[in-house]
Amino acid sequence: MGFVSRAFKGRPRDQPRDARVPPGQYLVRDFPVLSAGPTPHTSLAEWSFSIEGEVDEEKRWSWEELRALPSETVTRDIHCVTKWSKLDTTWEGISVDTLLEGVETAADYVMAFCDGGYTTNLPLEDVTGGKAWIAFAFDGQPLESQHGGPARLLVPHLYFWKSAKWVRGFRLMNEDSPGFWETYGYHMYGDPWQEQRYSGD
Amino acid sequence: MLDLVDETPRVRSLVLAVPGWPEHLAGQHVDVRLTAEDGYQAERSYSIASAPAGERLTLTVERLDDGEVSPYLAGELRAGDELELRGPIGGYFVWEGALGGPLLLVAGGSGICPLMAMLRLRQAAASAVPTRLLYSSRSLEDVIYRDELDRLVAMGSGLEVIHTLTRSIPEGWSGLHRRIDTAMLGAVAWPPAERPLIFVCGPTPLVESAAESLVNLGHEPAHIKTERFGPTGG
Repeated sequence: MGFVSRAFKGRPRDQPRDARVPPGQYLVRDFPVLSAGPTPHTSLAEWSFSIEGEVDEEKRWSWEELRALPSETVTRDIHCVTKWSKLDTTWEGISVDTLLEGVETAADYVMAFCDGGYTTNLPLEDVTGGKAWIAFAFDGQPLESQHGGPARLLVPHLYFWKSAKWVRGFRLMNEDSPGFWETYGYHMYGDPWQEQRYSGD
Repeated sequence: MLDLVDETPRVRSLVLAVPGWPEHLAGQHVDVRLTAEDGYQAERSYSIASAPAGERLTLTVERLDDGEVSPYLAGELRAGDELELRGPIGGYFVWEGALGGPLLLVAGGSGICPLMAMLRLRQAAASAVPTRLLYSSRSLEDVIYRDELDRLVAMGSGLEVIHTLTRSIPEGWSGLHRRIDTAMLGAVAWPPAERPLIFVCGPTPLVESAAESLVNLGHEPAHIKTERFGPTGG
């Protein structure tokens, strides 16, 4: 038998553990806020979303242009590396597949970049194939700035630091390269089901 | 676990000896994992409150009534018990002497913990970096590390501590008694031209509003580092 914390009982376990909650996570009902610095406020008139880097031709959408694209409403579970998970969160956004339509690239990775200087890296195949969105609404309401509004990346199958708040674009890359938290020891990929919290997990 | 220190009626410090501990930076945190006899586990993150000092470290834990881990850590745990922890974690919300200053620290409640690690490091390193701590507590009894902060100030090394109380005010209190706001930050902070390094830690509403006020006062967003220390999960 491994380590046991003397006299620790924990919450009642009359219910079987929810199979939707990854290891080491607990459920919350509220929506915690985490960020490394002040919340940026970019006016929608100045806002744009760009796809740049290793592409034949860069692409750019204004807020109006982005919102004119077909959107999807999706309900997904989200998992934060700080241990909380939230089930059945509902978002509205543009599928990243829609944005990458017609983009010619040989790149295998993307760096999402954001207002405020935040970045996070992802394999391209993790933001395509119906797995990621540029989300602008949560629970039927415009996304609040403290939760990443006007728009954030939503990649619910990875830890939530990959779902970059205040996202402004993707830089496509041939090689993987660490983003903000990844530079400080967080995992390059971040699969909650493998508990890939920190480098080496 | 070596020792327990009751800081306030709701807050307890745990002094730990961790064999093989790689020295941490002031501001980093650890993940604590508890395991019940049937294998059930619960994990939470706690900021390290002590300055880097070999294999010894201090965590300060606020007991949350509906929490799962904090009532155990700040209630059940005794000297001699063992604890599983992982770390040090994080590397952005950190200060070390070489980063210089001036240093503006803004704390709400138990958000003081990682900032205390910075103040303790500053003291241990005999740093004279001009430092101001603005610290919001519910009442005087809820001020964590009150005596130690008084002592650090009395040493005259260029540290100023400004308390503000948000709920109960003791008789004769001549200090601030309201939530942290733009006017208060404007009065306490160095002018933006002096480019202070700013660390804000506390519950989300305090962190959001203080960071926004500081930006509005003209401080560079890149110099404002934030960390949450809220009751979420506990």
